[in-house]
Amino acid sequence: MTSTVVPTPAVTTAAESTRTVARESRPKRNVTLTIVLFAFAVLWMIPLIGLLITSFRSRVDATSTGWWTVFGDIFGQEWTLQNFESAFVNLDIGTNFFNSVAVVIPATILPIMFAAFAAYAFTFMDFKGKEIYFAVAIGLLVVPLQAAIVPILQGYVGLQNALGIQIVGTFPAAWIVHSAFALPLAIFILRNYMATLPVALIEAALVDGASHFVIFWRLVVPMSVPALASFAIFQFIWVWNDYLVAFIFIGNRDPVLTQALYNLLGQYGQGWQGVAAGSFITILVPLIVFFALQRYFVRGLTAGAVK
Amino acid sequence: MQILSALISVVAGLVVSFLIYLGLNALVGRFNQKWKARLLPYVFIGPVIVLIGLFLVYPAVRTIYLSFFNATGQRFIGFDNFTSLFGSADFITVLLNNLLWIIIVPASAVIIGLAVATFSDRIGPVREKIFKSTIFLPMAISFVAAATIWRFVYSYDPPGQAQVGLLNAIWTSVFRGDPVPWITIDTGKLNSLLIMVVVIWINAGLAMVLLSAAIKGVPEETIEASRIDGASERQAFFQVVVPQIWSTVVAVFITILITVMKIFDIVYAMTGGSYGTSVLAMDFINQLFSFGNPGKAAAVVTVLLIAVIPVMILQVRTYRRQEAIR
Repeated sequence: MTSTVVPTPAVTTAAESTRTVARESRPKRNVTLTIVLFAFAVLWMIPLIGLLITSFRSRVDATSTGWWTVFGDIFGQEWTLQNFESAFVNLDIGTNFFNSVAVVIPATILPIMFAAFAAYAFTFMDFKGKEIYFAVAIGLLVVPLQAAIVPILQGYVGLQNALGIQIVGTFPAAWIVHSAFALPLAIFILRNYMATLPVALIEAALVDGASHFVIFWRLVVPMSVPALASFAIFQFIWVWNDYLVAFIFIGNRDPVLTQALYNLLGQYGQGWQGVAAGSFITILVPLIVFFALQRYFVRGLTAGAVK
Repeated sequence: MQILSALISVVAGLVVSFLIYLGLNALVGRFNQKWKARLLPYVFIGPVIVLIGLFLVYPAVRTIYLSFFNATGQRFIGFDNFTSLFGSADFITVLLNNLLWIIIVPASAVIIGLAVATFSDRIGPVREKIFKSTIFLPMAISFVAAATIWRFVYSYDPPGQAQVGLLNAIWTSVFRGDPVPWITIDTGKLNSLLIMVVVIWINAGLAMVLLSAAIKGVPEETIEASRIDGASERQAFFQVVVPQIWSTVVAVFITILITVMKIFDIVYAMTGGSYGTSVLAMDFINQLFSFGNPGKAAAVVTVLLIAVIPVMILQVRTYRRQEAIR
């Protein structure tokens, strides 16, 4: 392999090597265990498999027999894409998909940008009360979103009346709330990662006359890409799946997909096939992001929570 | 048209935020060296302090303040909201439910995650990867979609009709029982437990990933040494591996505990808080929107805030200890 551009912190390399040693000496490929775990995995997936199968069944089939009966006669079923066609209409995918995108992109990038600046200051700068600020940030990880809803709504309405512009019901109203509540975790993960970067390099750059702003952009941000990426994935999935913030601050004028799905959920009386197809469509994006970028996701989570 | 305006606001929002930093940096650049060094850190953390202050700390404090006011927020009524809450049987049920969630969910998710992480470490890297992806997958599913998936599993059709819900199908064919509307049965907190299953299903994967990373970090020599000393597999696991990954176990437990304490979406999408399944965050929404009483809603959140304080202290302390080791 060619040498990587990003300097890898020594800690990681040490961890990697003990890991390979551990791997080799452990007993490999236990057959009984594989079968037991495989069975467990199937059991774990059953609710999702049921949903997937049902989404392709006709209404008559889905209301008269359980989805598991299809295994008796796979080719004799009346498979259909009709549910997906109706779900596209019912969820108003054409509009609501873009509503979700319009919420999720700034709500992912903004907190990362803000948190990266702060994490840099917490790692490489000296200022009064640094430790206290950071401890407060960690403590705030725990504060539930519900605690802020009413005062923020009141604040938005007050601002709305003062300025004469609509705030509640717009996307920025949700971005700011998502960003603020993502900051503690983002700062925590990014600072933990930045603390593993070689301090000597940053000090050398400072001695050479580079400003903190330049060091941040040219050195620290590029070196922190793994942590930035993993938090981005985490936040993306979180915001995409969010219902509460969208429901309160955007409302039903420009609903995001989770809201549309919630409204669709009431229609299960007409058979589960329609709701199943709708659910499947809404989980498709996070599933793709998740599988494509799983490595970074896991790495970032472990960087944040495990020392 | 709507898409275009959304696009414009997305770009504008991002550009404006970035300009804030550039502007502040340029402003500080005008000072002399000594002041520059003093002010620059605040350029980096300033926007965060403002954002967290305005949208997190101030609202939380104001919520506590509002909890002492009546429904219209105009009359100070002291502890009336709280006495009325604690005097109602419904709210006691809510508290009891939250307590059950706290006791059952984080521990179950951690135990399942730990078991899965330990066993999957022994089936070879390729199988391990596939298996772990499967267990981790529900993490990507929203609570609303997860509620759909599981309401289908728990769904009920009247007796005599075909049962399309898996649980009732098993119940009627294997146990020869009458179909049960599971989600409405709060005898022995059955419906709450069924909702908890969904959250365990989602969070066990998270626990597994984090614990698996920790287990792989345990030096093989220590396990080997205990085996030579005659320890069984089980003893090696509980007395050598577990103590070494204990800090991760605690971290994972706290993370899931925090999720569970403010759990809302799943209960909302499963039952809307009916049939005795409500929890604090759910009751807040009901007080606010169904009963139109922001004062009482604020009181519910204040109770929740008090409940999270111990977790907050634990969190900061755990962090401090880690820093000391670093």
